[in-house]
Amino acid sequence: MKKTVRSNLITIGIVVIAYIIVQILISTGNISSLMKGLLVPMCVYAIAAVSLNLTVGILGELSLGHAGFMCVGAFSSAFFSKCMKMFVPGMPAGVRFLIAILIGAALAGLFGLLIGIPVLRLKGDYLAIVTLAFGEIIKNIVNILYLGIDENGVHFSMKNSLDLNMENSDNIIINGAQGITGTPNDSNFTVGIILLVVTLLIVLNLIHSRDGRAIMAIRDNTIAAESVGIPVTKYKLMAFSISAALAGVAGVLYAHNLSTLTALPKNFGYNQSIMILVFVVLGGMGNIRGSVIAAVVLTLLPELLRGVVSDSRMLIYAIVLIVIMLFNWAPACLEWREKVAASVKTKLGKKNVSKEVQ
Amino acid sequence: MKKFKKLVSVAVASAMVMAMAGCGATEAPAESSSAAADSGAAEVVSGEVFKIGGIGPITGGAAIYGTNVMNAAQMAVDEINAAGGVNGYQLALNFQDDEHDAEKAINAYNTVKDWGAQMIIGAVTSTPCIAVGEKTHEDNMFQITPSGSAVKCAQYDNAFQVCFSDPNQGAASAQYIGENNLATKVAVIYDSSDVYSSGIYESFVKGAEGQSFEIVAAEAFTADNKTDFSVQLQKAKEAGADLVFLPIYYQESALILTQANGMGYAPKWFSCDGMDGILGVENFDTALAEGVMLLTPFAADSEDQASKDFTAAYEAKYGETPNQFAADGYDAVYIIKAALESVNATPSMSVSELGDALKGVMTTISYDGVTGKGMTWQATGEVNKAPMAVVIKDGVYSAM
Repeated sequence: MKKTVRSNLITIGIVVIAYIIVQILISTGNISSLMKGLLVPMCVYAIAAVSLNLTVGILGELSLGHAGFMCVGAFSSAFFSKCMKMFVPGMPAGVRFLIAILIGAALAGLFGLLIGIPVLRLKGDYLAIVTLAFGEIIKNIVNILYLGIDENGVHFSMKNSLDLNMENSDNIIINGAQGITGTPNDSNFTVGIILLVVTLLIVLNLIHSRDGRAIMAIRDNTIAAESVGIPVTKYKLMAFSISAALAGVAGVLYAHNLSTLTALPKNFGYNQSIMILVFVVLGGMGNIRGSVIAAVVLTLLPELLRGVVSDSRMLIYAIVLIVIMLFNWAPACLEWREKVAASVKTKLGKKNVSKEVQ
Repeated sequence: MKKFKKLVSVAVASAMVMAMAGCGATEAPAESSSAAADSGAAEVVSGEVFKIGGIGPITGGAAIYGTNVMNAAQMAVDEINAAGGVNGYQLALNFQDDEHDAEKAINAYNTVKDWGAQMIIGAVTSTPCIAVGEKTHEDNMFQITPSGSAVKCAQYDNAFQVCFSDPNQGAASAQYIGENNLATKVAVIYDSSDVYSSGIYESFVKGAEGQSFEIVAAEAFTADNKTDFSVQLQKAKEAGADLVFLPIYYQESALILTQANGMGYAPKWFSCDGMDGILGVENFDTALAEGVMLLTPFAADSEDQASKDFTAAYEAKYGETPNQFAADGYDAVYIIKAALESVNATPSMSVSELGDALKGVMTTISYDGVTGKGMTWQATGEVNKAPMAVVIKDGVYSAM
């Protein structure tokens, strides 16, 4: 088996095994409600981290507005699902959710493309600056968006819900800062895992394809890549818009997990974008498996700390982040890790040798 | 090196699985009991205490609200326990942080559910409260929110509010201004990115129809842009407004009052319960707040005996003046106590049984607390109590 294929299988295998273990725990009743509630968010952040890793680790560009793409996916899909729930109640939930996912991914990908077309032609940190602005702009636009549908047609306003002139305020679908309430809860752990596996398949296959090699060549040396005839902008755009679309999928999953969706700084703001970036950096840039593990561990950690140190859990969380960062990247730590690895290796080697002698 | 990486990832993955399994195992007793509760079995849920779960922001930008509710609720629980408890049983409170985020609020709810909570006080802020409401409705768990004021916070029959809902506040403000002929031209400055503020604004506009004043300016700002209000104030001034309605929190109100004073604009000011706390803002010249009117259920230095006792006890315990969130949290615990007593509840009742019993009795009880006298509830979860108009005079709140 080829090395890359084996590595991909291990990554997907970890996810599938984790899924099976959790399902066993659920069916035997050995899992707490807190854990059960965390399963879907873990999938959301794992997908978001993997998608950002495509931009940061594989393409080598910095995106600081990934939560903005999640926001686009979340609101567009929640809008669709709410409309369908109100006007086509007979639609099966599975079909509705599938279309919602496609809409969310397509719209987020479109925004990624629109941003990428001017910005990715430039060299330097411009993508970081523009995506940072994009995330904030999207959040603010969503907060002044008022949209309702009734028998008179579609009502739209960017001032307040009274300007909609709706007869029945129950038909307001997007209500400005109050967001969308009453989105059907279509997300569940199984769907989350399926989406995560699909995301992994897309990203891993892209990386190991001809296109992926071109993208990594651009990351490593743009001039050299250009000189051998790789269309730089095309590949940059491709990687970035796929990354944005997958972030949109994470947003769809997020929106259908909660019955209320608002664009607060907390869930779709700058800090959330940085949080996803932290998952990627701690998991290792370019390391897809690492992103999944980091996203899962770091989503679990603050919640598990509730039981241990309820008062200062956010403080402990920050300290843990710093420690992991040092463990992963500090030169002294790297040296120490190599030493330990070497000594473990020699010990294992000795055992093997002695076995052979016997 | 490659191998080592693999080793680490496998180790981390297995640690993760262990953590999950471990978590499941350690919390298994609590889980099994709540599972039993869900199925409505007549098993003993949690021994001899009523377990109340609390949810609110203790960290982050809205931390002051959650902390106040948590402190006051804990104080109420301690008082009740010292006085012999409810129906002879003690109360226990487990308050969890939701960081003012819907997703974290669900985590907090699940945490208290694992702990064995039978009733919920929370969530403190509106958006998380709506998300939690969906879950309590699934579990048929009794929920009372001290300060989640959006209408949707109490959209299910198991959820009740201690505070006024947003439409109530806006309509009551419009009515009060109109009936007392406080102004003829009114300007509104509100936070369009905030659920509380935009909710009150909308109902204020609706309530203003048919009143004796007209709204001449409605200026919005957002959470990202709330330090400079000169544009909004200038527009209000140009429109000739003689009263400015501020359905916002006191931090921004303090800035608005200061900036209005700087530009020589001195209309009447009218606000809602979010204004409570303005006298405690650091570096704020309280002389500027002189004459500000607000509709609030609670004033820390009011002459009411219950409020006085509560404020004194809170100050003695936590060293700071309680705001209306604290008062709401304090009342929430006593309302639960009143409801539990009137149905003769015991801790051995399951979550769903308690939910059914409590939501049935909530519409029949009447409660005198620090945030209002003779509070009653509608089946919709909304509270009926008289809003109290307060004016700031000589640096203290006094009833109008």
